Amino acid sequence: MKKLLILTTALSTFAFAAQADVTVMSWGGAYGAAQTEGHLKPFTAETGIGTVMVDSDNPATPIKAMVEAGNVTVDVASVEYADAIRLCDEGVLETIDMAALPPGDDGTPAAEDFIAGAVTDCGVSTDVWATVFAYDTTKFPEGPKTAADFFDLAKFPGKRGLHKGAKAVLEFALMADGVAPADVYTVLGTPEGVDRAFAKLDTIKKDVVWWEAGSQAPQLLADGEVAMTSAYNGRIFNAAIAEGKPFQIVWDAQIYENEMYVVPKGAPNKDQAMQFIAYATSTKGLRQQAQHISYGPSRHSSLKEPLIFQDGKTEMGPHMPTAPANMANALGSDFQFWVDHDAELNDRFNAWLAAN
Amino acid sequence: MADVSQAPLQTADGRPLKAALAKAQARAKRRAFLLVLPLLAFVLLTFVLPILQMLQRSFYHDGFSANAPATVAWLEEHPQGSEIDETAYAALVSDLAAMQKAKTAGAAGTRINYTYPGTISIFKEAAREAAKLQPPYKAALVALDKKWEDPLLWVTFRHAASPWTTDFYMVSMDLRRSTDDGLQRAEPEMRIHLQLFVKTFGLSALITGLCLLLAFPIAHLLAILPMRKSNLLMILVLLPFWTSLLVRTSSWIALGQESGIVNDILVGIGIVADDNRIQMMYNKYGTILVMTHVLLPFMVLPLYSVMRVIPPSYARAARSLGATSWTTFRRIYLPQTLPGIAAGSLLVFILAVGYYITPALVGGADGTLISNLISFHMAKANWSQAAALAAMLLVLVLILYWLYDRLIGIDRLKLG
Amino acid sequence: MALPVYASPLERVWYYAFRVICALVFVFLIAPILIVIPLSFNVEPYFSFTEKMLALDPAGYSWRWYDTLLTFGVNAPEDAVRDGSWWAQVWAEATWIKAAKNSLWVGFWATILATVLGTTAALGLSRPEMPYRRLITAILLSPMIVPIIIIATGLFFAYSSTCLPQGNILADAFSPFLSAKGCLANTHLGIIMAHATLGIPFVIITVTATLSGFDQSLIRASASLGASPRTTFFKIIMPLILPGVISGGLFAFVTSFDEVVAVLFIAGPDQQTIPRQMWNGIREAISPAILAIATILVIVSIALLATVELLRRRSERLRGVTPQ
Repeated sequence: MKKLLILTTALSTFAFAAQADVTVMSWGGAYGAAQTEGHLKPFTAETGIGTVMVDSDNPATPIKAMVEAGNVTVDVASVEYADAIRLCDEGVLETIDMAALPPGDDGTPAAEDFIAGAVTDCGVSTDVWATVFAYDTTKFPEGPKTAADFFDLAKFPGKRGLHKGAKAVLEFALMADGVAPADVYTVLGTPEGVDRAFAKLDTIKKDVVWWEAGSQAPQLLADGEVAMTSAYNGRIFNAAIAEGKPFQIVWDAQIYENEMYVVPKGAPNKDQAMQFIAYATSTKGLRQQAQHISYGPSRHSSLKEPLIFQDGKTEMGPHMPTAPANMANALGSDFQFWVDHDAELNDRFNAWLAAN
Repeated sequence: MADVSQAPLQTADGRPLKAALAKAQARAKRRAFLLVLPLLAFVLLTFVLPILQMLQRSFYHDGFSANAPATVAWLEEHPQGSEIDETAYAALVSDLAAMQKAKTAGAAGTRINYTYPGTISIFKEAAREAAKLQPPYKAALVALDKKWEDPLLWVTFRHAASPWTTDFYMVSMDLRRSTDDGLQRAEPEMRIHLQLFVKTFGLSALITGLCLLLAFPIAHLLAILPMRKSNLLMILVLLPFWTSLLVRTSSWIALGQESGIVNDILVGIGIVADDNRIQMMYNKYGTILVMTHVLLPFMVLPLYSVMRVIPPSYARAARSLGATSWTTFRRIYLPQTLPGIAAGSLLVFILAVGYYITPALVGGADGTLISNLISFHMAKANWSQAAALAAMLLVLVLILYWLYDRLIGIDRLKLG
Repeated sequence: MALPVYASPLERVWYYAFRVICALVFVFLIAPILIVIPLSFNVEPYFSFTEKMLALDPAGYSWRWYDTLLTFGVNAPEDAVRDGSWWAQVWAEATWIKAAKNSLWVGFWATILATVLGTTAALGLSRPEMPYRRLITAILLSPMIVPIIIIATGLFFAYSSTCLPQGNILADAFSPFLSAKGCLANTHLGIIMAHATLGIPFVIITVTATLSGFDQSLIRASASLGASPRTTFFKIIMPLILPGVISGGLFAFVTSFDEVVAVLFIAGPDQQTIPRQMWNGIREAISPAILAIATILVIVSIALLATVELLRRRSERLRGVTPQ
């Protein structure tokens, strides 16, 4: 009995981490690290409010479940633009007061400083990112150039990595099938268009390795599990520039959109969460993140001076989705389409995936 | 002695023996039960009640009924088969406008979308426009989307008008409502649940078979070796049993992926070409391989405990009577191992049917099981659908568990 | 069993073939567990043996992945001097250390809870007078059979929906153990209760097995010699069933220590355990750091298995059960 008591006391001296003040849920990997370095750490240093980062494959999914179950543990979540609008429509998010956002460091009011559409009722944009595809240059010296090449197993043999979800995958398949970016959502809005996208995916289905977390894509490429893979452009940039991996991004048929910070309804530390968002989306906050990953900041004032990667030499500009050279055949993700069709197309996608 | 036998037997303090015994028996019963009671209460509280509460959700969803009061009222006044007239559409449009204000169009549309897939988008669109719509409302809605005049949509509304529903079991069996309020199979491209149940059972049976195939020889070897040696070899069976499942799964990933050791060896000895490595992780082969490894000890242990007590003299007798070794095995040895085979197979099968972690990590797209789908619906906040699938899985497992208890006896389960 | 003298040539072949088959199955069982140990010392971030490793060149091996376990999540420069304050920082901040603390804390209390409740219940269940024994045993053992996803789903709803409102006397008394809203969700207590439930069947099975060889006349002998029931329990029953109780407790501990699904559903950011971190690691970017933690866990399981085996033999010796 006495021994037990000693053991108990010994165990209870374990110091558990004090309840963190702001819990941020993001996408893990290089992106989560960029937000930790660019937003969380400097915010804590400046305000003394503790922060903690939690990873998720797609934060929009768990926060909806949390709010509906009445069990919210996250204060700030990083979600895609369409999800920020959809969850706001569904009453899952707190509204954000534009007036509370600081002006740019050049004095421009926030409303004018942010790029168009970057602030919505419930979210503030942190950056513009893109879904691209990338390959290993040691495998294909004469690499693929277009989305159609991604589906060309004869010319470029090997496994393909794709994100396990309907969004961006269906658009990519249609563009590979020859649909012009301007027509993609018109086509995808018809049952025949959906069938056409799945028919295109059928051509490579047996050679696809599906990834869920964003960091799996560069990992699959690095391990040689796939010959080319779709990925978030920043993940490939970091693997190539910071880790020296022989990866090349193909910008053809890239799909770009805003990433948003949102606050789930019932967040345990709502006030600190709003304070965090105001800090993170300030001119400085956006620049700090953009120095760690190649996603374009969403304020004009953050782009006034050229951005340099944390290695001190790589210029970020040409690596951003919005660089003119990368926009030749690019598609802006249509948030209204995905607000309306997200559930339906993912149901169909999952049934398609499960069918042999 | 005769008179004594007629009087009831009495205890030393003069009470009838029968009553005293009954009382003592009742006290002993009570004492035994009181020892079990704290645990029983704990398990009821942390296990049985939560599961029952979850099962209740499989029959309940108020997404539509709570957010479309006018439409629900119209449906209550007009029995099945009534013409869907302008008053119905007016009620619907007023509900849609209210939904837009209360941000509940998603909740209502989600409920309808479960049983009539492809309708959530028309809800969201119509809710945005509802405030601007002018009578006649039917024409106005149909102008937005033709689906609004689909009689099936109104059949679906009628079933969603009450929060209590069996619709989620219907969906779990890949059935949909038909326009005449009957049932029909879902469109081929939307069928997912039944085939996943079939796949789960098929893979579980295959894994059970593989476990039996691998476990039988080593259990036999352990049973016939001298105790000292078999105890030593037994450790090789028990170590995996004691090793973290995540450890075993991650080491299989290290071994089995395309750049892993198994492929390296196969390429090295020239069985497989370097550019044609075998993909055995992140698909159903990964699930089969790793689950067979993980569940193998659960097959070896019951087989071993049965085989150890089979007297070797029977086999020798058969041989001395002229049976070949194959006949001896088939007619004498195998029948005696049947209880062990039944126990091990049922146990492995029960555990395999509900497996989650391994398929989630190495199953890829085609190697996931019904548990993974439940978790998927949970993540998507489709509580009722997850609960309905969980209920079906639970019933199947409980039937197998009951069978196990009847055939083998749950109290005879041994660990190592 | 040696090869009988009357064996035919075919049987001789089979005799050896059988042993080869058995050896292969044992390799299949054990190789995946042992292979992680050398791989975790790989200097390269790969899952394969490099040529240097195969040549047993020390340059091919390193402790770097073990070092990663210490430094991951620590807010300090990589080249920081490893003095006392650095170690203090690691102890407080390192992700894996935090996870280990959570795992041990939850595992310890879940084991205590499962062992106390389970042993008491096993004592009751093994009494011949126990009413409804079969049904109750089936209920108590069912957490082992019911798919974990169903249990986790049930607990997710139960823990987030049943809360003690603020101001309630009970809520005040329990407030250090409950979440801010007075619920069990995202609390250590909630996970401890869930893990105890999962561990209980193992305690019942092992303790019942020990009790099955228990000579009930010892209790009567003790009582006839004037011992109180209390004395009998602590001096006679307890020493005899102790090996079973400890084995059961170890099983319960291992169950908790390896559990990830319930944690995925009911734990918050402050209750991340080792398996939860491994889950993240395997899904995101599987690096040899995972194999380093796996190696540590393999060593722990070898130690636990050895303990249980020693206890089992001791118990058999004590009870006079000799192995056939």
